[in-house]
Amino acid sequence: MSTYDASFRVWRGDTGGGELTDFTVEVNDGEVVLDIIHRLQATQAPDLAVRWNCKAGKCGSCSAEINGRPRLMCMTRMSVFDPADVITVTPLRAFPVVRDLVTDVGFNYTKAREVPAFVPPKGVAPGEYRMQQIDVERSQEFRKCIECFLCQDTCHVVRDHEENKGAFAGPRFLMRVAELDMHPLDAASEAGLDRKATAQDEHGLGYCNITKCCTEVCPEHIKITDNALIPLKERAADRKYDPLVWLGSRIRRRDS
Amino acid sequence: MTQLERQQWDVVVVGAGGAGLRAAIEARERGARTAVICKSLFGKAHTVMAEGGIAASMGNVNSGDNWQVHFRDTMRGGKFLNQWRMAELHAREAPERVWELETWGALFDRTADGRISQRNFGGHEYPRLAHVGDRTGLELIRTLQQKIVSLQQEDKKEFGDYEARLKVFQECTVTRVLKEDERVSGAFCYERESGRFFVLEAPAVVLATGGIGKSFKVTSNSWEYTGDGHALALLAGAPLLNMEFVQFHPTGMVWPPSVKGILVTESVRGDGGVLRNSEGKRFMFDYVPDVFKEKYAESEEEGDRWYEDPDHNRRPPELLPRDEVARAINAEVKAGRGTPHGGVFLDVSTRMPAEVIRRRLPSMYHQFKELADVDITAEAMEVGPTCHYVMGGIAVESDTAAARGVPGLFAAGEVAGGMHGSNRLGGNSLSDLLVFGRRAGLHAAEYAASLAARPAVDEIQIDTAAAEALRPFSAEAPEDGSPVENPYTLHQELQQAMNDLVGIIRREGEMHQALRKLAELRMRARRAGVEGHRQFNPGWHLALDLRNMLLVSECVARAALERTESRGGHTREDWPSMDRAWRRVNLLCHLADPTEGLAPPDSERGQIRLVREETDPIRADLLSLFEKEELVKYLAEEELYE
Amino acid sequence: MATGTEPSPPAGTGTGVHDASRAAIAPRHLRTDRWWLAPAVTAAGLLAFIAYSTWRAFANADYYHAPYVSPFYSPCLADNCAPMRHGPNAEIFGSWWGLSPALLILIFPLGFRLTCYYYRKAYYRGFWASPPACAVAEPHKKYSGETRFPLILQNVHRYFFYFAVLVAGVLTYDTVLSFRDEHYRWGHMGLGSLVFLVNIALIWTYTLSCHSCRHIIGGRLRHFSKHPVRYRLWGWVGKLNERHMLLAWASLISVALADFYVYLLATGAFDDPRFF
Repeated sequence: MSTYDASFRVWRGDTGGGELTDFTVEVNDGEVVLDIIHRLQATQAPDLAVRWNCKAGKCGSCSAEINGRPRLMCMTRMSVFDPADVITVTPLRAFPVVRDLVTDVGFNYTKAREVPAFVPPKGVAPGEYRMQQIDVERSQEFRKCIECFLCQDTCHVVRDHEENKGAFAGPRFLMRVAELDMHPLDAASEAGLDRKATAQDEHGLGYCNITKCCTEVCPEHIKITDNALIPLKERAADRKYDPLVWLGSRIRRRDS
Repeated sequence: MTQLERQQWDVVVVGAGGAGLRAAIEARERGARTAVICKSLFGKAHTVMAEGGIAASMGNVNSGDNWQVHFRDTMRGGKFLNQWRMAELHAREAPERVWELETWGALFDRTADGRISQRNFGGHEYPRLAHVGDRTGLELIRTLQQKIVSLQQEDKKEFGDYEARLKVFQECTVTRVLKEDERVSGAFCYERESGRFFVLEAPAVVLATGGIGKSFKVTSNSWEYTGDGHALALLAGAPLLNMEFVQFHPTGMVWPPSVKGILVTESVRGDGGVLRNSEGKRFMFDYVPDVFKEKYAESEEEGDRWYEDPDHNRRPPELLPRDEVARAINAEVKAGRGTPHGGVFLDVSTRMPAEVIRRRLPSMYHQFKELADVDITAEAMEVGPTCHYVMGGIAVESDTAAARGVPGLFAAGEVAGGMHGSNRLGGNSLSDLLVFGRRAGLHAAEYAASLAARPAVDEIQIDTAAAEALRPFSAEAPEDGSPVENPYTLHQELQQAMNDLVGIIRREGEMHQALRKLAELRMRARRAGVEGHRQFNPGWHLALDLRNMLLVSECVARAALERTESRGGHTREDWPSMDRAWRRVNLLCHLADPTEGLAPPDSERGQIRLVREETDPIRADLLSLFEKEELVKYLAEEELYE
Repeated sequence: MATGTEPSPPAGTGTGVHDASRAAIAPRHLRTDRWWLAPAVTAAGLLAFIAYSTWRAFANADYYHAPYVSPFYSPCLADNCAPMRHGPNAEIFGSWWGLSPALLILIFPLGFRLTCYYYRKAYYRGFWASPPACAVAEPHKKYSGETRFPLILQNVHRYFFYFAVLVAGVLTYDTVLSFRDEHYRWGHMGLGSLVFLVNIALIWTYTLSCHSCRHIIGGRLRHFSKHPVRYRLWGWVGKLNERHMLLAWASLISVALADFYVYLLATGAFDDPRFF
């Protein structure tokens, strides 16, 4: 078992300002960045604020930026760094800072509320739901999401443009729209809600320029861009930019 | 008098895991204005870590299943110590609770005919666990979270305010349940972000705070599991039940050290994984206890055939209840047949194609790949026991989930005791959350509505609670010159002591030692000091949580010392067998300290008083579900003749 | 604390990561890896292709050497095309068109690639630095993405896909024609046939791996279980789609090489080795 001293630069501060603070801290075999942050808390900076829960990559709490890249601290192994590296840890830079490594992620909860919930099909009693595995698999991929909000953090639409936060739901919640639109039993359209069109009209799908940073950072390896955002763009195009499909849906609606 | 923010609600739910959210949904749907308060962000609760599935006898895969079989399995798994009425309600209501999740948008894995697929698990006679790969807990929490959001969307339409009738206070902690005389009147809380105090005035409080695993060093539990609800109930005057029963999950990661304890789901064994020692032997065949002899395979060939043909073969002993497997692994390692890092081998790589492993156990595959650099499709995992679940908890009325002795206090989920007896079956916790979460929410709402006048909040209690919460900031170095205590150090010492002295195998002398250590830590914890200010200060938060962990740890140690037998999650080296006379005995922990934890505790006697209580006899029609020969093994003579 | 925390209003000293509400960190990014490499290589590659294809498209010469026609000039829609026996001459534009006939047809593959979901990523990152790399602040003050004209036109990608299928059909025909000798006798093969074969294979796989294709073939369905054939096709297209970027580059290079090969033959710089 080998041990060495690593150089860390951790952002410390709050809404009033702050700075990168240097620490020298022990690192042991098999440790992850979160272990090191905990060691700093226990030995050098007891009030260092950090969010974490499960430490197993399942809850999505310990999101931060390590050497400038959005990552889960519990899933970033120290062995990927050279012992001579200086490792910089900062809070997520797309959200308002609270203290040290903790940011206000309220933006995401606001957006979550703006996506209309699953609409249960009328006349199907609990226990009577029948769905085929191949029909649920697409939505199941998106439901792997642990809501770490790294995709929301890295997305330049809001990261670099605070003013877009009102209009843009972000990759996580556009993916939620896609998940519901692909749900085999969602009855939104029967209730008069067109998720395909509202993805663009209300959740800002058009802001996405599919530069795939969300997919790059996803710790669950969900193919957000290829499987959720682009299919959603195509579905929106069905509704809004494809006269044949548009006409067809018009005629069918009149029939029923 | 402290000036702080106050809000009035009908029901306050403490904890936003499966039980808390299910309780909140029910209370809100019954018309109660409901507040949920949780230590983490909304949707991050420990429930997300549940992997295997939700046990419910829907009979989708094997139509022989029904609630009676589920009830039987639950009682057997708990070695008949379960509150049988809870086990009955649980088995009866679990299918409805699962089906209702589908109407809220949950997407479980499917059978070929489109119904919810169910998988095998330890101790369950039939494939019974509704699941989504190995991330069922995430699906559960997300579904409940999204149901809460949908209720808030309804309120937004009706009242123009998302939070008119249902609000989540995230990253807030409750430090005291407030009472007027005997009855609950509210909760004293602080907001982690700002450190500000506030009071939620409510006649009904539902505790759904989960477990106590963070008192142990090797644990699968997250930081939140500091026994808050257990301690809040104790401090409010409610007793805890059978706290000696702590489940050590047989398969936690053992390497590298920083992830030691992280769970390896039981589905690995349910889907065909086998346990081997360093000599390559499938040792579980040597550890089938007498009470289970007829139910498990006697040869590897028979065990292997069972996966394909469960009706004509008996299941392999890797699928024994968790307590048996954990003890077996412990014994193998002790006998020198362990792996290099002190565990045993759990192997799926030689039993399933890589493609199937990646599909059925995706998060296990990633967990080992990314944290341990082990490819489970090519090599065996190293696993060992890890503290996973506490069967003991707040003593509640079976039907209403009301805590005994404190009107207005309810408890559901892991924090409530009784349902699982001495050992919980895998899959039964998620169904427990749903069944009793709903019942707690329902009865809390009814109780709140039934009151003519609301209990008033006592100002002195608020001031006292505020002073208690601020104490770590004014901790002074003791006169003998020793320094202010570091809460992190205290926590590490507590974890080490509980792990070593009140762990998986217990001995009388060690538990006395543990009680002495706990007394020492209690004294030192009063001197725990923190640096910095109140805004998002983890050192301060830990200092406050220490009170709860110390209280709960003492319950575990005292009850474990008292029970002179081995049963389920309580194994005494000096009392190695199960004693039928103990089956009817429940151990209740009461707070002994009349100042409710405020005065410096007496180091000898501690804070906990134990009371023995005899349980109600099991109802005759439930008893008749078992064969007489089986009952003889568990029940005392006089119970059998009644 | 409560979940209703509104996003904080834009305020303060800067924009984006330098917004007053964000953690006060001066550098616009803290990445220590060579993040600029990928967009630089992308931009260089695309520029090289643009330069080459512009030169060849306007050249209006050296695009036919029996039996090979450059993919840049096929189908040839104007009167002024070189006559190609059985070749892709379709003089629907008549004689008034005086410029290079390549310009008439290249619009379609150009449009297909310009609106392609992969190329969009490539040039947004490589040319427009929006963003230059993940978590590296972009230099623009305002951003409206694909919500407005002209970028809202990216939504027409599927129509270019339909045309791209037609063009790929013609190029397939050209590939078949390449199995003749210079006297138009069938049953022969040269190195050029091989070049064409590789090129058309890459063109087809790139075209079929398109996200719009994946949507049309099955992605738009809600219940795969009711359309087993389309589900299977969707699976295949999905597998190709995972390699869309690779195929985009491979087919871009191969089409340029096929053209360049014809150029070498037509200028006499190189003699087509015949296999049989």
